[in-house]
Amino acid sequence: MVFSKDSWKEIFDTIKKNKLRTFLSGFTVALGILIFIILFGLGNGLQSSFSMFFTDDQVNTIRIYPSTTTIPYRGYESNRQIKFTNEDVKKIKENFKKKIEDIVIRNSYYTMFSYKQQANTYRVRAVSPGHKSAEKTIIMKGRYLHEGDILNKTKHVVIGRLVEEDLFKKENGLGKYIHEGGKSWKVVGVFQDEGGDREERNLYVPYTTEQKLRNNDEVEQMIVIYDKDMSYDQSLVLERELDAYIKNLKIISPKDNRGIYLSNTGEEQENSRQFASVLQIIISFIGIGTLLAGVIGISNIMVFVVKERTKEIGIRKAIGATPASIIAMILQESIFITMISGYFGLVSAILILNSIGDSLMEKYFISSPYIETSNAIWATIILIFFGALAGYLPARKAAKIKPIVALQDI
Amino acid sequence: MIEIKGLNKSYPTGQSFLHVLKGIDLSIEEGELVAIMGSSGSGKSTLLNIIGMLDNYDSGSYLLDGVPIKDLDETKAANYRNKFLGFVFQSFNLINYKTALENISLPLYYQGISRNKRRDIALEYLDKVGLANWATHLPSELSGGQKQRIAIARALASKPKVLLADEPTGALDSTTSEEVMGLIKKINSEGKTILVVTHEQDIANMCKRIITLKDGIIMTDIKTK
Repeated sequence: MVFSKDSWKEIFDTIKKNKLRTFLSGFTVALGILIFIILFGLGNGLQSSFSMFFTDDQVNTIRIYPSTTTIPYRGYESNRQIKFTNEDVKKIKENFKKKIEDIVIRNSYYTMFSYKQQANTYRVRAVSPGHKSAEKTIIMKGRYLHEGDILNKTKHVVIGRLVEEDLFKKENGLGKYIHEGGKSWKVVGVFQDEGGDREERNLYVPYTTEQKLRNNDEVEQMIVIYDKDMSYDQSLVLERELDAYIKNLKIISPKDNRGIYLSNTGEEQENSRQFASVLQIIISFIGIGTLLAGVIGISNIMVFVVKERTKEIGIRKAIGATPASIIAMILQESIFITMISGYFGLVSAILILNSIGDSLMEKYFISSPYIETSNAIWATIILIFFGALAGYLPARKAAKIKPIVALQDI
Repeated sequence: MIEIKGLNKSYPTGQSFLHVLKGIDLSIEEGELVAIMGSSGSGKSTLLNIIGMLDNYDSGSYLLDGVPIKDLDETKAANYRNKFLGFVFQSFNLINYKTALENISLPLYYQGISRNKRRDIALEYLDKVGLANWATHLPSELSGGQKQRIAIARALASKPKVLLADEPTGALDSTTSEEVMGLIKKINSEGKTILVVTHEQDIANMCKRIITLKDGIIMTDIKTK
């Protein structure tokens, strides 16, 4: 009889005729699910924008910058400015060819570019072609710089998406010439970069062309790209070896902490990985907290519902309801309500998350909040289970009360 | 129909026990209309609750239609109540969100009778208590006398062996009381065994037999007429 069609009819009847009670318990469940999914989804969004931000550049690189020495060494005084040259790059490449894939050269300067009436100051990066993968530059049209540009010292330039927007307005910049002082550069490509607007206001030119114009062979920054399969610890070893080799090459004291400066993106990656895991813990904590609050809310409602029905339970028992049928009635009713409203909360929360999209990215650093379907369903099941349990305990107690006691309680 | 011998019942009150029923011997035949009288604290309601299986007793014996009623578990008690007994309470105890018809159908629901049949039976009893036009009304839309008549219809719907009425007129004015008692007498004349607990002499006088309780024992047991 417990799960007969008739007992469902009895339950629908009760639900229909006790709208406030139904609404209260349903609302609590729906709200619990809604808040859990939205908070969890926002946390996920925060995390994904975090990882997006920190994986903008290629991770298996060591950046090397020249600096000034602080210790006198082999006849040189301290405070000497170190400078790298093309020759140094070649030597390092040769010496470490087994461990590294490429050494990218990058020199930066700011200058004014113009096209027709439009003019603006931009950062120019004079680079070798390997810079494309080191920076994860994405070509939208045309091409990146290639070895031919380096060898021939061409006046070719690859411009950022926003540079094209600034200078060319609605025109297509590809194949046109932009002007810098008396020089003209031919636009061979337009790129975008996940690093954001700042990156997309850069221009790339061949480093050899830039060196020719300045009449030197200086290198401001080397980006060593090492084997992707190298572990974090192996990359630390490589970093120490590079440090030792370059210090020897440039006659810098091994004890000097300055002179050159190395920065391993593997290290940044390691740090950001740790930060992300802390973030994950915080998000899980928030999730469990809201879920717990939801469970407590439902438990309270269920206790209240059963308390309110004590007299009704007494009447039903006096006219022949068994304790089992009383428990079944309350459980069926509460599970039915929590399932329907849980589903309602689930769907509306997911709709809200989807409608948020990237609108919180600018202000709150939250991009495309989402929740794994399995997590959402588990949370709903947990709430329904605890809703049922919270209904079962007082229902069992109420079913045990002697009818006369229940009936006295008018 | 009801055979009670040496019935004792006491309630714990703090450290001591309150001895409510002190050896009740009572025999009620089928078709009787019995009033149980007594002032409050005489034990009359406790006796009715024990007869109605709403409460347990400590010692003695109680046979209902030949079935021994002693230390029943809740499920068994519920089944016996459903099968043997119909209750009428002073405060009506209708379920306030159910209509008159649905209230009357409820004991039949617990007997596992189909929905359509329940409806037919409930309508029949609704008609019997003269409220056929009030089927879809909620208890809050009915007068006290109407509520009690619905409660009587509900008690009868499951075709019980015995109808137990605890102060059925306690919440009603004298005119309505007479109407309700008239209905009870009519049902009794059709052969139903009925026990009425009351503290009003004129209500008791309408019954065929009056049992008076005082301090947990039967003082008098008089057949009227």
